[in-house]
Amino acid sequence: MSENPNVALFVTCLVDLMRPGVGFASVQLLEQAGCRVTVPREQTCCGQPAFNNGDDDDARAIARRVIAAFEPFDHVVAPSGSCAGMLKKHYPELFAGEAGWEERAQAFAARCHELTSFLVDVMSFEPRAIEYKTTATYHDSCSGLRELGVKRQPRQLLDAVSGLQIVEMQDAEVCCGFGGTFCVKYPDISIKIVSDKVANIERTAAVTVLGGDLGCLLNIAGRLKRLKRNTKVMHVAEVLAGRGDSAPGIAEQE
Amino acid sequence: MSTSREKVLGRIRQSLRRGPLEEQTRARLEARLSAHATHSRIAFTADAVERFIDKAQSQAATVARVASAAQVPDAVADYLKSHNLPATVAAAPALRGIEWPRHLTVAFGATRGEHEAAVTPCLAAVAETGSLVLLSGEDSPTTLNLLPDNHIVIVNRSQVVRDFETVWQTLRERDAPLPRAVNLITGPSRTADIEQTIQLGAHGPRRVHIILVDDGEGSG
Amino acid sequence: MQFTSVDFQRNVSKALNDPFLQQALQRGMHGFVGKRADAVSAVPEFEQLRDEARDIKNHTLTYLDYYLEKFEASVTRLGGHVHWASDAREARELVLEICRKAKAKTITKGKSMAGEEIDLNEALEAAGHEVVETDLGEYIIQLAKEPPSHIIAPAVHKTRDQVSDLFHEHHRALGFEQRLTEVPALVDEARQVLRRKFLSADVGITGANFLIAETGSNVIVTNEGNGDLTSTLPRVHVVTAGIEKVLPTLEDMTVLMRVLARSATGQEASTYTTVFSGPRRAGDRDGPEEYHVVLIDSGRTAILGGEFQDILRCIRCGACLNHCPVWGSVGGHAYGWCYSGPMGAVLTPLLKDLEAAKHLPNACTLNGRCEQNCPVRIPLPALLRKLRHRQYEARLTSAMTRYGLRLWTFLATRPALYRLAFAAVARSLRVLGGRRGALSRVPFAGGWTAGRDLPVPQGTTFQSQWRARNES
Repeated sequence: MSENPNVALFVTCLVDLMRPGVGFASVQLLEQAGCRVTVPREQTCCGQPAFNNGDDDDARAIARRVIAAFEPFDHVVAPSGSCAGMLKKHYPELFAGEAGWEERAQAFAARCHELTSFLVDVMSFEPRAIEYKTTATYHDSCSGLRELGVKRQPRQLLDAVSGLQIVEMQDAEVCCGFGGTFCVKYPDISIKIVSDKVANIERTAAVTVLGGDLGCLLNIAGRLKRLKRNTKVMHVAEVLAGRGDSAPGIAEQE
Repeated sequence: MSTSREKVLGRIRQSLRRGPLEEQTRARLEARLSAHATHSRIAFTADAVERFIDKAQSQAATVARVASAAQVPDAVADYLKSHNLPATVAAAPALRGIEWPRHLTVAFGATRGEHEAAVTPCLAAVAETGSLVLLSGEDSPTTLNLLPDNHIVIVNRSQVVRDFETVWQTLRERDAPLPRAVNLITGPSRTADIEQTIQLGAHGPRRVHIILVDDGEGSG
Repeated sequence: MQFTSVDFQRNVSKALNDPFLQQALQRGMHGFVGKRADAVSAVPEFEQLRDEARDIKNHTLTYLDYYLEKFEASVTRLGGHVHWASDAREARELVLEICRKAKAKTITKGKSMAGEEIDLNEALEAAGHEVVETDLGEYIIQLAKEPPSHIIAPAVHKTRDQVSDLFHEHHRALGFEQRLTEVPALVDEARQVLRRKFLSADVGITGANFLIAETGSNVIVTNEGNGDLTSTLPRVHVVTAGIEKVLPTLEDMTVLMRVLARSATGQEASTYTTVFSGPRRAGDRDGPEEYHVVLIDSGRTAILGGEFQDILRCIRCGACLNHCPVWGSVGGHAYGWCYSGPMGAVLTPLLKDLEAAKHLPNACTLNGRCEQNCPVRIPLPALLRKLRHRQYEARLTSAMTRYGLRLWTFLATRPALYRLAFAAVARSLRVLGGRRGALSRVPFAGGWTAGRDLPVPQGTTFQSQWRARNES
């Protein structure tokens, strides 16, 4: 593979709709790391809502299109452990036993990555001359952490940001209560879980909360906003791309 | 032969999509059983006796070391005295051979809980976890291990083994079916059922006291 | 016990609004997690042990008929009796018959999830027996007339204050007049009350953590010693156990024992692990004269050999409950049956009723912490997802979810339409939210906004901004 691999950005539906800045930050980081970045126009969703609700046929219908659109690239990178986990872990499961597609899904999965782990483990990237003076705490999103082993990589990258101090919260590895459609199907439980998460965040006295998955971050930011807190919530890519100070936090007034 | 038995076994085979096992497979499974293959053990480098003492104490057992078997009766008497207990114990008949001091009343046999202390031997002491291994039998009634508030166990140094695998091996070498009960006991009885607060003395002994005999050979 | 899984949503709001329960959960759950983590990190062999535990269970399930027959033969050789129950009713009747023949007045019980599963206590009481649970937690909830809320800590939902009240109410008649409040005193009072029961019981009923095929043994693991007293003092000992509890040898059991104690309570060894084999022997001075094992199928063979077989490896350690954010929020009763948390959300639909328990597999964020901590590596999230698939195929999924998913798929497979729709949604949300950054109320998003604001999109969609930027 060339030193400047062809990388396709899988934007994810939540970034596309709610937080375009994460998409731009991802492109910037990938380019800084030496990748030639393409954003395939035919992309939509990874199919997780269908898959997680037992609708395997629809999940497969979506997955076939994703595979076809992203297959030509050396790597597929998503700024989300959850979507990357879907592409990497669950596509092969979805097509298990389906002649032709099984091998295709496996070959495709091998080239899919979550953003921070791709930057660190594949591109050996290190942010340069990025400053963000704050204390932050990092929420480990479940899919990234447990399906893809993302834990060290975002912290290693953030370590290179000058002025940034990471304060670990208690239960950083415990779910925030988002869970995709779970958060609207079982809102009472979801809100109880995110309240516990927010309490742990507040105990650190950190000014900023960072994470690698927009679903969790919207959930945490939404709860903080409801509680009228000023804690700033951002995606790790935004900070690494040097937008820590310039971009307003999620759910923050512009 | 009950019909439910056939029903359950039939359903198992149906679910596993096969009939009764073939002779060859059965022979393979028989061989697996009789091989008694062991799996991963918990590795440790410490001396087994030291580790046993450490682990037993960490589980709230107390340990007194004596140089020889002759000192066991005094060690029992000392324990009773230090806990202000009457000079009466229930003891396993296996310990009849010990020369008990005259001031101590020793009742050999089972108990219904009328004794405050019991003295028993053990089969082995496991360094891995600080556990005691006690076998039921005519010479060592199980109620002694469970009903009195104080359970005093005599462990000979030579009975300390590294792990449970060694215990099973020892039991097999007895060349008899397992006794009715093989008790693996690690410290005194406890519960955390009220607010996850650990409290000793739930239903079994409140205290487990180990008398470790340093020159002890063979089992008591 | 009452089966209330169908009322899951109502159970949940009750649980979330129960200050005693919330207080108990807050206090109880962190200890389990921390102790397990310490115990596991102390042994480098732990991951290897988990693999072996999984493989041993899988091996046994593959030859389950062989090992059960072997177990039966071994028990019989020792003078014990093995009974087979194809369903819960048969299991109850078998136990009742043994108790009737024993002319049992008082029956002591060691904690048995199989017993809970078949509603044994109700049946025994209806037949006129006095039934006394002897695990302290089980005893507390028996007094409270409640089902267990956790498989290893049945009364974890009760505060000390509630226990004080229960003991005061029930022990007064036995001569304990004072209302005690401290844990040591409460434990001691229960010890005295239960000691009398242990000594007077005619039959002792326990479960089994493991059955050993080669030796014909049942293994009981406790910290209190109540299982030992229940198995030793009465004249008759009855073991109720699911058929999946059998293991080949003591060596195999040792692996499971090592992972069980660490996963359940963070101990290297539970205080009492006892291998019971048959009735008392000639010359024995104590121990039961009769020894019975009731092997229970009750839905297990239907799981065997299928896509849910992995759940039959479960050793009931409770680690998945302890690490589940949903369980930690609502406790065990909300699940509506004796099994709760991730393992309960798999077992209840399979053993009881897929439709009545349809919420359980869905009320999960798929965060995977249960699987990460399961000592026998049960892929719980995958099993829950498969149950959702089964519900979907059986059209048990709500119409709203089904239509929502169809609409989503319709859009997601039509990129041009999808981009238009997303741009429109982004625009509408921004119109609604303006510069406030977040919305406190949004049409059709009441679930989200019940306790959260909805962040407003940052400008138009990424795709339209990207296009504008790269075409200018």
